[in-house]
Amino acid sequence: MTANAGARTLLRLALRRDRVMIPVWVGLLFVLALTVLTGYQGLYSEEAERREFAAGINTNTSLLAFYGPAHAASVGALTAWRLGAAAAVLVSVMSILLVVRHTRAEEEDGRLELVSAGVVGRYAPLTVALGTAFLANLALGLSVTLLLMGEGAAGAVAFGLAWTLTGTFFATVAAVTAQLTGNARVANTIAITLLGAAFLLRAVADSGGANGPTWLSWLSPIGWGQQVRPYAGDRWWVLALPLAGAMLLAALAYSLVARRDLGGGLLPSRPGPAQAAPSLRSPLALAWRLQRGALAAWAAGFAVYGLVFGGTIEGVDELAGDSPSTRDAIARMGGTTDLTNAFLVTAFGLMALTASVYAVQAMLRLRGEEAHGRAEPLLASPVSRVRWAGGHALIALLGTALLLVVGGVTTGLTYGLTSGDLAGAMADAMGGALVQVPAAWVPAGIALALLGPAPRAVAGAWAAIAVFLLLGQVGPLLELDQWAMDLSPFTHVPKLPGAAMAVAPMVWLAVVTAALAAAGLYGLRRRDITA
Amino acid sequence: MNTAISVSGLVKTFGRTRALDGLDLTVSPGEVHGFLGPNGSGKSTTIRVLLGLLRADAGTAELLGGDPWRDATALHRRLAYVPGDVTLWPNLSGGEVIDLLGRLRGGLDPRRRAELLERFELDPRKKGRAYSKGNRQKVALVAALASDAELLILDEPTSGLDPLMEEVFRQCVREERRRGRTVLLSSHILSEVEALCDRVTIIRRGRAVESGTLDELRHLTRTSIQAELARPSDGLAGLAGVHGLEADGARVRFEVDGGRLDEVLRHLVGSGVVSLVSRPPTLEELFLRHYADDLGAEAKAAAR
Ligand SMILES: Nc1ncnc2c1ncn2[C@@H]1O[C@H](COP(=O)(O)OP(=O)(O)O)[C@@H](O)[C@H]1O
Ligand SMILES: [Mg+2]
Repeated sequence: MTANAGARTLLRLALRRDRVMIPVWVGLLFVLALTVLTGYQGLYSEEAERREFAAGINTNTSLLAFYGPAHAASVGALTAWRLGAAAAVLVSVMSILLVVRHTRAEEEDGRLELVSAGVVGRYAPLTVALGTAFLANLALGLSVTLLLMGEGAAGAVAFGLAWTLTGTFFATVAAVTAQLTGNARVANTIAITLLGAAFLLRAVADSGGANGPTWLSWLSPIGWGQQVRPYAGDRWWVLALPLAGAMLLAALAYSLVARRDLGGGLLPSRPGPAQAAPSLRSPLALAWRLQRGALAAWAAGFAVYGLVFGGTIEGVDELAGDSPSTRDAIARMGGTTDLTNAFLVTAFGLMALTASVYAVQAMLRLRGEEAHGRAEPLLASPVSRVRWAGGHALIALLGTALLLVVGGVTTGLTYGLTSGDLAGAMADAMGGALVQVPAAWVPAGIALALLGPAPRAVAGAWAAIAVFLLLGQVGPLLELDQWAMDLSPFTHVPKLPGAAMAVAPMVWLAVVTAALAAAGLYGLRRRDITA
Repeated sequence: MNTAISVSGLVKTFGRTRALDGLDLTVSPGEVHGFLGPNGSGKSTTIRVLLGLLRADAGTAELLGGDPWRDATALHRRLAYVPGDVTLWPNLSGGEVIDLLGRLRGGLDPRRRAELLERFELDPRKKGRAYSKGNRQKVALVAALASDAELLILDEPTSGLDPLMEEVFRQCVREERRRGRTVLLSSHILSEVEALCDRVTIIRRGRAVESGTLDELRHLTRTSIQAELARPSDGLAGLAGVHGLEADGARVRFEVDGGRLDEVLRHLVGSGVVSLVSRPPTLEELFLRHYADDLGAEAKAAAR
């Protein structure tokens, strides 16, 4: 086992490095499962209500596309239904990020070279990355199994295993993509694109209901997790699919490691231009160059989401059926009594929260540039710190707005085409998307306000997003006090379409963002630039 | 303005590390100034303070007649910098980085750029992550040397270069001096500094311990001599400047002060030299000799 020498020590190091990241991911996903479970326990305590709800699901294209069909009407089955597809994507994203972080990113930063020169086997880093991801998935699977125990032990175990093995499968996908390219960002992008394709494949398979091309779902690793059908037959044998797939991909990844040089990838890196384009002459131009690829990928994601989601809006009204409690719950989340509008408001709220993830990530490029020593040559040229930071900040803010515009336009397009009123649908969707922009900016402002004076505290911006997410998702169900809800910028967004437009809160949110940014820039001008 | 760089009593602490501890440094316009010190002695920290990237805790620093912290942006128009650890943007080619840095500084001479690329044998089409450490350093060097900055600040610029490229680099620095540019060259390699610099400041633990022209510092350097003589030489031990003599019949081994070399060699020739190996002093030896005392104290502290 010399090829894996040192793996034990490295694994301990990896778990130490991830002592925040893994608990945060596992914790968030657990809270998500907990919220869904308690929500359904409260909303659908009656068997008849659940039957009606499940029947509604299976006739609604949009719900089928997002979550797949419901196979039984118990609380456990509905919880597994709700968490089986879209939430499994989150589990897989966690796994991908973990594996790439411990393989390609380490290698790219040159840290692996240092480690590999020591008594560390060739395969050890990959073993450690897969081991770390597997442990995280195991912890997650165990915790949701324990959570669901009350609804029935077999289903709980089946569901926990489905999440664990789906996550592990995508960990091995990332293990392969990390060998292909020399760049961690590209390795992540390829793996997440494959994940997106797997999700879309099963969305197409499920959206037609029983008469659709359901066999397609068997081609999708996300589909496999659903096919286990926890609390609706518990088809254990299906778990063999992700398990076998993961073993094959892991074997592939190991054989690729043996075939390439440290630092290299299998995909050749293309040469660039010998001279810079005339436009590459300012910090803003550089920031755009560095960020445009990521923004394009995000915009594509928002477009796909908008197109799929827009096509499912028509018919929401029927889904809720006559169940007053469902109507009440949706309206409470959305803040208006018209169900279609409430649905739009909720969806755009989630879209805005996702856009703010982009905003924070784009803003934190600044920290990455500084920590990798790439800010130094720029700041040693006649570029002021404010101009340097301003370039990235501008892209973060405008990019966020662009994502919401893309989401609004695409949602409006398919909504309009299915409802027959394109102009009306477009106006509703654009309005609903655009009012979210200032709120989505606030987390980016928080990121800059932290990064300026206290670069080591930037993780606080992610914590802020997590708090806003929980407030928005759980707050209405728990009937939290208004002051607590007011902590989230997303609480203050006018509930468009449906409610009246209010300019003042949007202006305030923009002012808050500007103040946070100004504080950040002030701090940045006064501190040391350090790697 | 009669100094390009003038630093006195500079202090910079990082938490409990005192990286700079009352540093003095003076660089005159037009000179190539060697900034010599072992790893971790504070060279990069000094340079970062001079670039306005770090803020000093105490002391004064003046750069090209301005305050490096307050007037950073304006001063940076007049200088070019090569970092000790060059990291490039993974998706930008070397040529793009050179052009970008040049344009930010107000443009660079395309003929000089092409000439430097050729001399350093650098392929400008590779992307950042495809370059080795030495090639990344060359990208930064070409960008700096192709600029028309009056001051070049180079932080251990040859640490990744092979000997051939090191020679190209030395030629370039000599040309820059002839054009009247000021160069601050940090290094931990004594021979490099000896080959290029007019004046040298030696830094240790954040403090300048010696400063002057190379001739003035000659007394610091001790050459190791190992010789086989035709007959045993007497009186060698009595010569001024000879240290640590070990004689084994006609074989001798000793160290001699830089200024006394001529005298001692004459004496050896008197005894008939059969073979002779001489080794220039290394920086480490120089420090070991001059700071044996506080090294001993350090070792004691570490053992505790
Ligand atoms: N950003 C920093 N944070 C903490 N310590 C630092 C930092 N930068 C430098 N140091 C410490 O200051 C000392 C001097 O470092 P440096 O100036 O890089 O030395 P040199 O360039 O001469 O090798 C070292 O002990 C180093 O560990
Ligand atoms: Mg250094």
